[in-house]
Amino acid sequence: MNIVENFDLFAPRLINKKELLSSGHRACSGCGEVLGVRLMCKALGEDTVIASATGCMEIVSSMYPTTAWEVPWIHVAFENAAAVASGVEAGLKALRRKGKIADRDIKVVGMAGDGGTMDIGMQALSGAMERGHNMLFVCFDNEAYMNTGIQRSSGTPMGASTTTAPAGKVSMGQKTWKKNMAEIMVAHNVPYVATACPSFPLDFIRKVEKAKKVKGPSYIHCFTVCPTGWRCPSDQAISLGRLAVETGIFPLYEVENGQYKLSAEMPKKLQPIKNYFKSQGRYRHLGEDEINMIQGKVDKEYGKLLNKVECLKAWD
Amino acid sequence: MAKRVGMEVALAVAEAVGQCNIDMAAVYPITPQSHIGEHLSDLVADGKIDAEFVTVESEHSAISAIIGASGTGARVYTATSSQGLMLMHEILPIASAMRLPLVMGIANRAVSGPLNILNDHSDIMPQRDSGWISMFVENGQEAIDLSIQAFKIAEHKDVNLPVCVNIDGFQLTHMVEPVEFPDQELVDKFLPARVPFATLHPSNPVTMGAFAMSDYFTEIMKAKDEALKNSKKTILAVWDEWAKIFGRTYKPVETYKAEGADILLVTMGSMGETAEIAIDELREKGVAAGLVKLRLWRPFPFAEIKEVLTKAKKVLVTDRAVSFGGPGGPVCGEIKAALYHEAVKPAIYNYIIGLGGRDVRVSDFTSMINQVAAADASKVTDTYEFLGVRE
Repeated sequence: MNIVENFDLFAPRLINKKELLSSGHRACSGCGEVLGVRLMCKALGEDTVIASATGCMEIVSSMYPTTAWEVPWIHVAFENAAAVASGVEAGLKALRRKGKIADRDIKVVGMAGDGGTMDIGMQALSGAMERGHNMLFVCFDNEAYMNTGIQRSSGTPMGASTTTAPAGKVSMGQKTWKKNMAEIMVAHNVPYVATACPSFPLDFIRKVEKAKKVKGPSYIHCFTVCPTGWRCPSDQAISLGRLAVETGIFPLYEVENGQYKLSAEMPKKLQPIKNYFKSQGRYRHLGEDEINMIQGKVDKEYGKLLNKVECLKAWD
Repeated sequence: MAKRVGMEVALAVAEAVGQCNIDMAAVYPITPQSHIGEHLSDLVADGKIDAEFVTVESEHSAISAIIGASGTGARVYTATSSQGLMLMHEILPIASAMRLPLVMGIANRAVSGPLNILNDHSDIMPQRDSGWISMFVENGQEAIDLSIQAFKIAEHKDVNLPVCVNIDGFQLTHMVEPVEFPDQELVDKFLPARVPFATLHPSNPVTMGAFAMSDYFTEIMKAKDEALKNSKKTILAVWDEWAKIFGRTYKPVETYKAEGADILLVTMGSMGETAEIAIDELREKGVAAGLVKLRLWRPFPFAEIKEVLTKAKKVLVTDRAVSFGGPGGPVCGEIKAALYHEAVKPAIYNYIIGLGGRDVRVSDFTSMINQVAAADASKVTDTYEFLGVRE
């Protein structure tokens, strides 16, 4: 039975009804990222403190003197969300131990976009994860610097056209493979790493709930469609997220204590990536050879992932 | 009465911070700050202080982490030097705009390049307009006292601003000096628990570090400027209270034999003590020279500076940093601005001294003062000199 088709039946039992990111924020219509943040907040509940990086989610939610946040929230700068979150965690820990605040479990969450996580925020995140703070970090990856105007990041996929790696007469756009951030987090030996996408809301919520229960650092890489930056219709934000997963461009999986597990949402047989590419303006310039080249890499990477799921069981 | 002990000043600073019931510290290694961080981590490891010591991966993360912790209501500390402070630069004005009472010890060191690990003030000067309260100390005892006072000033309900205590690297941090620690009971009484204005806690959700465009930005900047200027009242009150409890007095501008002096020498930081010896020698020889020591760098003590410097015919300002292509040294630039509207003002001479750890001896101070004494005040110009430079 498809849970999404029976959403009204299941939702009240599966999703926290309380909105912790209120409506009235200034995100673009069809923003997959703000949907991701909203679902994350629902999964986390009220006993949460969020440290956010500079970026779309920060500017759309905190325009002084208004705020969309119904949970404690702090923003300091672009590259330091993980460092700020680690300080919040350390501060709450000390105050709780010393009896200065109530003895209550509070989950500290750092969040940033792909630039704030994979590029400029990478050092602070690596440090925070290595130090073992009891915190979750969520990367909301929309595959470019959307807030500043669709410039390429290390999260931009091969072949996508951006304002700093544009397609041109002698260029196919992005000429590098997307950085595999989830794998970098796995290499930090943190207890829980997952990939997610708000197009699969229950899967995402379940993963956030799981991360919340981890005593120690955890990381979720959340793939979020950006109609503005991807040059696609805003009513495709959900369907494109599903296609990214179903083509294997962005597979959903979890890594718990080093053990890989493919999420139930992954299809038995992947769709060709051209199904995912066709409605996106950022891929419009790609020819058949280029698409085949990218398809080859997607197949290879997916194969490697399936191998990790199988082979690493021996090390459980 | 507290006992006098001999201790390296960096360790003494860590001990003093340890007396302040801090909840969290984040420090990244850099010479010559490192001994402060090392000793603080010793105090935590030995259970002498109950705090989280976060071993961050950079100074940028050190300042970011203490902002996060301060946001929860914790009492926080960091320390750094030179390149570390430069790396923090981006975050410093955010901390003051967020009105968080951070305390930072700075073991002042020259900024690269070329790489140099020794003392001058080129690290703190680029941070001048960050909206932090900035104070200088002259010896180990002052480093202890101001490190404790800094928390009280920063956390005061009328202030809520970050404070940095400038301690000359090596010249002070690595000297073993006779110091006296205040009794813990008295420190506890002087420095009660922090009462934060707002905290990051689910019991009362708040948004910190919001986004503000042209409709609010100017007002927020004006509020920060007012807060920094108004902090002087609290600083003076805290120093008054300190004098009553601990018997040591502190002023925004300290003087030494300035009474009746024709020439006033201005120093900031540890060189004040060397300069005192030079003043003694000159006074014995009948030269009417005195010393003015700047303790409070921000908020700048305009009234006190005017009061003392307008009485002299000549003022010799020493600077330990250069404002390249500008007015010479930043301290002299500030003093000139302070005196501009005075009807009667002294001739002002500016010397850049002690860059990158270059030694400044008693004889250097006497020779600078003698040169200024011999100069014709009516012919003073806006030039400045690098003391002892080889050209």
